[in-house]
Amino acid sequence: MTKLSLGRFVFIGYVVLVLLFLILPVLIVLPMSFSDSRFLSFPPSSFSFRWYEAFFGSPGWMAAARTSLIVAFATALIATPIGVAAAYAINCSTHRLMRYLKIVLLLPLIVPIIIVATGVFFIYALSGMLYTIPGLIMADVMLALPYVITAVTAGLHGFDQTQEMVARSLGMNRFRSFMTVTLPQIMPSVVTGAIFAFIQALDETMVALFISGGQNQTLTVRMFTALRDEIDPTIAAISTLLTATSFALVMLMVMARQRSPA
Amino acid sequence: MKATAIHDRYAAGSAIDPSLRHRRREHVLMLLLMSPAVLVVFALLLVPLSWLIVQSVYADGAFSLEHYQRIFTEGIYWNTFYLTFRISVIVTLLALLMGYPIAYAASILPKRWAMLILALVILPFWTSVLVRAYAWLILLQRSGVVNQTLMASGITDEPLALMHNELGTIIATVHILLPFMVLPLYATMQKIPQDLVQAGSSLGGSPLHVFMRVFFPLSLSGVMAGMTLVFVLCLGFYITPELVGGGRTVMASMLVSRNIQLYSDWGAASAVSVVLLICVLIIFYVVSRLVPLEKILGAK
Repeated sequence: MTKLSLGRFVFIGYVVLVLLFLILPVLIVLPMSFSDSRFLSFPPSSFSFRWYEAFFGSPGWMAAARTSLIVAFATALIATPIGVAAAYAINCSTHRLMRYLKIVLLLPLIVPIIIVATGVFFIYALSGMLYTIPGLIMADVMLALPYVITAVTAGLHGFDQTQEMVARSLGMNRFRSFMTVTLPQIMPSVVTGAIFAFIQALDETMVALFISGGQNQTLTVRMFTALRDEIDPTIAAISTLLTATSFALVMLMVMARQRSPA
Repeated sequence: MKATAIHDRYAAGSAIDPSLRHRRREHVLMLLLMSPAVLVVFALLLVPLSWLIVQSVYADGAFSLEHYQRIFTEGIYWNTFYLTFRISVIVTLLALLMGYPIAYAASILPKRWAMLILALVILPFWTSVLVRAYAWLILLQRSGVVNQTLMASGITDEPLALMHNELGTIIATVHILLPFMVLPLYATMQKIPQDLVQAGSSLGGSPLHVFMRVFFPLSLSGVMAGMTLVFVLCLGFYITPELVGGGRTVMASMLVSRNIQLYSDWGAASAVSVVLLICVLIIFYVVSRLVPLEKILGAK
């Protein structure tokens, strides 16, 4: 290969430093969560599970975790079929109107999240959906749609549409031919989309700050308030659990991709 | 010829031409499939957005530009927008300086190393923003790791104020937005054919010369996509400045939320939102003339 010049050495060193900058803050939460001390110190003095106990033993944190999980599951369940239908339409149709509708569906990613939050807050205040679980789910469905649509559209691009045509010409109706021929082949991207939707709903904070409250406060909103008022190490335990969940789901997604037919 | 064909179709009515009717049915079906998604975005985003726009030009029951006037004349608003843009520019440039070499390394290294680099970029990407803000609070506090290291190495005698200020906000924001720079950059660089670079060096170009004249220009669309994404996301950032900035580094989004939650001043909040939204839309519009919108948002 090439010789290791000084320039190359400096370049590699710089890349390693930037990668450490990226990964260390994510990893540092792990030892913090097993610390015995109330104070934020690093490295922690002794090992304990007390912050995990504090989390699992607190009715307040548990209620928030329950709300977040319900909302995340429901969001994935609703956003995935809606998103798959939209992605299918985008992929099949050449109508001019579709191009505009496609941009409309990307809008939740384009409009700054604070403005989305303000708008949703306003609509919910009018319709009495503030501080309700269905309200949280609908808002998260909207925010998850662009992710699902992007993932599934990518899957459909790699799929040969004529296969569905063949099934239909053999007498299957459109829905059945989609379910039995197309869907199994784009399954990895549908799973990816569903996982995106789940993680986005689980992590969503900004809109929830405006529209969740009372009995239906989400985990992230409770974390945000806790972080703003005083730094409670229970958050390190929750952070570790959240990161582990995201990580496990991303691994699942990678596996779904690899298992897909070549 | 064509004109008469169309005329014939209409003259004969829709019952005659089965292909036209079929196509129309196809359109209706596609629109129906699209409608649940569009409806959700319409009800929860487009309707409230139009209301915000109306609200921003309304005061005491009549049309008024009072709220906008305040933005452009009152110091607080002006300073906030200035600060928001300044932080966004700094964060975008830092993210480019840090992100370009990583993406470049991932694009030229053997696949195993590239996968490792991408994994290190994607793991923080999928970690909650709150978790990362929390991590930076631990790292940057007065007795935190960064200050301890700085003092132990003799760079400084007393702990530096690294958080609850603009510096802390910038550090944490760069960390959170860096993946949004690296992913579109990598997607672009990966597609640059290695043969071109090899051709450049076989024609006698020095590595630096080949990089500057061949590789870098070809990576520019990725640079545009990454910079746009980071800049626009930074303009609307809320959680990090609120937590790591300690609420003292007031960015535009915080102005919106305070006007609503503390003062219930919807007029002012709407006007700030509309100005922010117009900035974002102009940026996306200008950039989408150069790089397709899907390419910019695809990485997200």
